[in-house]
Amino acid sequence: MKKKYLPIIVFVIMLPIFFIGLSRNKSELPSPLIGKVSPSFVLPSLINPSVIIDQTNLKGRFVLFNVWATWCAGCREEHEFLMNLSARNEIAIIGLNWRDNRDDALNWLDTLGNPYEMTAEDKQGRTAIDWGVYGAPETFLINPQGVIIYKHLGPLTERDWTMYFKPFLSINSI
Amino acid sequence: MKTFSIILVMLFSSIGHAIDNGPAFTNETLQLRYEKIIAEVRCLVCQNQSIKSSNVFLAVDLRNEIKRLLSIGKTDKEIANYLVERYGEFVLYRPRFSGGRIFLWLAPAAFLLAGFFMIVNIVRKRTLLLPTQNND
Repeated sequence: MKKKYLPIIVFVIMLPIFFIGLSRNKSELPSPLIGKVSPSFVLPSLINPSVIIDQTNLKGRFVLFNVWATWCAGCREEHEFLMNLSARNEIAIIGLNWRDNRDDALNWLDTLGNPYEMTAEDKQGRTAIDWGVYGAPETFLINPQGVIIYKHLGPLTERDWTMYFKPFLSINSI
Repeated sequence: MKTFSIILVMLFSSIGHAIDNGPAFTNETLQLRYEKIIAEVRCLVCQNQSIKSSNVFLAVDLRNEIKRLLSIGKTDKEIANYLVERYGEFVLYRPRFSGGRIFLWLAPAAFLLAGFFMIVNIVRKRTLLLPTQNND
């Protein structure tokens, strides 16, 4: 009787489905923005508010767009790596200071160092919504055409950089 | 008396109240639409809460954004699309009836129907067996 084996067959089919489903990290959501042109924005520079930063600053080369704030512990954690990365001149890093106190943010860059080519100040958090940001730090990789090709959630490490970001740079520069 | 009042407080503390100071709109229909939408948008920072019941600043920002979109005359559907474009389908508590999500909506009915046919099948088999047993 083949019917006898039916529960076993169903079980074998369900097993990998549950295995994949349960081992996935649910707090990390895929961004619908990947593969799309980066959302437009017009924001003042954190350091010099009379300077305007917009999405054209992200074009023409690979850019790391890093969302940070002084209230964010993960940002403090990744800061040393960002300093390191910017010293190596591997990629331009542009910051988005999200919902922060300007004095605190300036103080942060003064004492810990400034890895950013420029930092846009998003005081109201409107730009962050357009970018689908829901928890800092978040880091986007943007290609020379201004398209978002990768998004990383949480503190960035050397390992993340070489594993997930660097491969894009070498493929696209050929 | 003290115990009673403590119990009273505990009983009613679970009742969610709007976090906003006063209603967002003076227009009643807009206010109702606003409340309905924010109750169905997931707060991504505190994933099992809606943005209606969360006071995380992202929830506050999203409530303000929805308020703005409603006041410039966007439809509920446009607002849902706006959120999904940025945060993905997961941001909505109620999956939309389109794409692969149709399966989610139709699966319960399909399972119910399958169960119904299984019962019919079993009942039919048994009724076929019964008379012969009775005649013996």
